[in-house]
Amino acid sequence: MRRISIEALPNLYGKIAQSMDLILPVKTADQTNFSVWSDGCEVDLQTLKTVKSPKDAFFPQSETLYTVKKENRKLNVQPQALKDQDFVVFGMKACDLQGLAVLDKVFLAEPVDTFYAARREHGVVVTLACREPEESCFCKVFGVDPSQPNGDVATWIVDGYLYWKPITAKGEKLTELAKDLFEDASDDAVKAQQTSIQAIVEKLPYANLSLNGWNGDALDEKFNSKVWEELYKPCLGCGTCTFVCPTCQCYDIKDYDTGHGVVRYRCWDSCMYSDFTMMAHGNNRNSQMQRFRQRFMHKLVYFPANNDGMYSCVGCGRCVEKCPSSLNIVKVIKAFEKKEETV
Amino acid sequence: MPMNNDTEFRPKIVAFCCNWCSYAGADLAGSSRLAYPADVKIIRVPCSCRVNPMFILRAFEKGADGVIMCGCHPGDCHYTSGNFYARRRMTLLFSMLDYIGVENGRTRVEWVSAAEGVKFSQTMNEFVAKIHSLGKNVRLEDLRCKN
Amino acid sequence: MQELINRAKQLLSDGTVARVLGWKAGDMTYNPEPAFFDNVKDLEEHFVYNGFCGANLSKYMIEASKLEGKTLVCLKPCDTYSFQQLLKEHRVDREKAYIIGVGCKGKLNIENIRKAGIKGILSVSGAELSDACDQLTITTLYGDKSLPYADAMLERCSVCKGKEHKIYDELLGDSKETKSADRFAEVERIENMSAEEKFAFFQSQLSKCIRCNACRNVCPACSCRKCVFDSTKFDSSQKANADSFEEKMFHIIRAFHVAGRCTDCGECSRVCPQGIPLHLFNRKFIKDINELYGEYQAGADIEAKAPLTSYVFEDVEPSVVAQRSRS
Repeated sequence: MRRISIEALPNLYGKIAQSMDLILPVKTADQTNFSVWSDGCEVDLQTLKTVKSPKDAFFPQSETLYTVKKENRKLNVQPQALKDQDFVVFGMKACDLQGLAVLDKVFLAEPVDTFYAARREHGVVVTLACREPEESCFCKVFGVDPSQPNGDVATWIVDGYLYWKPITAKGEKLTELAKDLFEDASDDAVKAQQTSIQAIVEKLPYANLSLNGWNGDALDEKFNSKVWEELYKPCLGCGTCTFVCPTCQCYDIKDYDTGHGVVRYRCWDSCMYSDFTMMAHGNNRNSQMQRFRQRFMHKLVYFPANNDGMYSCVGCGRCVEKCPSSLNIVKVIKAFEKKEETV
Repeated sequence: MPMNNDTEFRPKIVAFCCNWCSYAGADLAGSSRLAYPADVKIIRVPCSCRVNPMFILRAFEKGADGVIMCGCHPGDCHYTSGNFYARRRMTLLFSMLDYIGVENGRTRVEWVSAAEGVKFSQTMNEFVAKIHSLGKNVRLEDLRCKN
Repeated sequence: MQELINRAKQLLSDGTVARVLGWKAGDMTYNPEPAFFDNVKDLEEHFVYNGFCGANLSKYMIEASKLEGKTLVCLKPCDTYSFQQLLKEHRVDREKAYIIGVGCKGKLNIENIRKAGIKGILSVSGAELSDACDQLTITTLYGDKSLPYADAMLERCSVCKGKEHKIYDELLGDSKETKSADRFAEVERIENMSAEEKFAFFQSQLSKCIRCNACRNVCPACSCRKCVFDSTKFDSSQKANADSFEEKMFHIIRAFHVAGRCTDCGECSRVCPQGIPLHLFNRKFIKDINELYGEYQAGADIEAKAPLTSYVFEDVEPSVVAQRSRS
């Protein structure tokens, strides 16, 4: 275990940024999101949850796949280069990291998504333990321990110091890069903090949310439930929940006409949108109820069915905080629980 | 005589002209051999009222450095009142563009009748000069269309 | 609140209305959700009306107008402007609505409480309609906190249009004046900036946009059956912040589309997950309309002619923009 004082962090950022891109929580216009560090930007390690999850660093909301240009009478196709430079994502929380594990299941399974795989290969993940979990957090339900994050390097902020613990070879390499900035430290302070965080986690209002009945085998029963008919009603059909989610992985591929060529790009899609999975024959989910159901069935039934029981939710609670209609996955789980009690 | 070379800024200017007055005005400017820069690209519309605010933004997106809309003089609209609506719309849109920091000289509305070939060429000369002084549009550009 | 529940139960039981559109208590004090109630039992158990019921229910009446029977809808004073505007545009059916104008003491924004540094919020008291609504007591995982009610209020409440309901069948509950600022002060501040400053301000705000479309979907003026931005034939990124131009175009066009129809209900700014002050676009149009074409408040008067579908011969020329501009 090593440590560096909080005041000296800008030196660490500067040191890392000299040789690679450093992505970390930055406050812009009053909101904190992961973004590339630049001298003078406002790094914000206080905010527990960035608005968007850090999945952007590996699976950007919008990315070009290839460009077609008209050159005289020929079409010139230029594929987008894959990420070939190392970069660091600093300050990811344990739940965000679990989110990456979910994305890995999707994008690293055959056929491998080369864009994602290249970013995973070159990305160094430095996690940060949560000091003050929020009431909307329910990572415990999915077996995530916010006091004990993994990744390539794990860090903790205790009493004015950032404690730094390399875990993987990638992490060791990064530590080596800035080794002059660290001092050796005992892990007593970190252990004490972990105990207190774990105690808070036990007290969180959603800590004991039960996922009983939610698994890959529950397809027919959950799909045909009448509960959806009531639940979806306040849903506005916006994409907030899907776009702030660390595990939502659906995307759309579109062409953009630049006037002298075409840019083919992919962008996140949302199952809440009317053109989601639109095909030549139209759309097979044509009511908001169906679209709403899709989101939760995917996270709690379809995904575990295909991935050895792994849920595609990590309990980060972003949707709990951000839904304009105050709907969220917790309310869905609770509504089904209640339904089963009354039956 | 100035020589064209790669470093010289040649603005792209889109002029939306209504079919009944301004387009005919542009025609008259041409047949009267009145000069105005070739940087102005005219798009003929049935009436100035046809110009959707989106057209203006699209023009900027695809690389225009200035956008001008020409129609019949108020009261002379072929469809009686089209240009009155267009006038309110463009006033509000231009005001919004000014509000988000786009230089207000990049947008203009001018009423040009079919008999005003001179006014048409004068207006275009003035407008092109204005855009020259403002330089390239960078605040409303879409980078994807640039390269 | 009990009075409201009793009245709703009565109207539901005697068959005057087939359902009640109100708010359902959430699992936290601060997250009630808009909900339809079709039986007395649910009303008794789940109906809630407190400081966190900021959602404007008028847009849900578009769908409710297609249902059998009347819907009792609870509208706050500002929501009635939206309802009346929808009525003017023939998007809702007056015959299908039984409007209870509910009192309002200003609505709360949980984000403001969080911004005050209050974390781990377990419950909030002092936000019931019967309360004086001047101080909130917040129980958190990290101890009890308190915050003046006004500090936690939505921005729109500090520039409230007044607590008078524009359309209703009956009124219930007390209101409290919350206006404390000039509605156009912020717009004016921006107008006075240089072009560079204006651009930098909007660039930093709009660069946060994630194109979730929450602002559009919640907006009572955005009532098109199919939005132009949802068209697959329209060359826009729709759901991606693919280029900085995209966000600007989306927000300008959206604000323009609702210009002269936007009642300034503030829902767009309330729902934005990135806290973009979207009302600044709408208010700019409202301010311009007021100054150039005469005072106009959408939704205030069902007979008034809308500013963008009318004109006078003497209207100002677009060149006025350059003359008025301070940049």
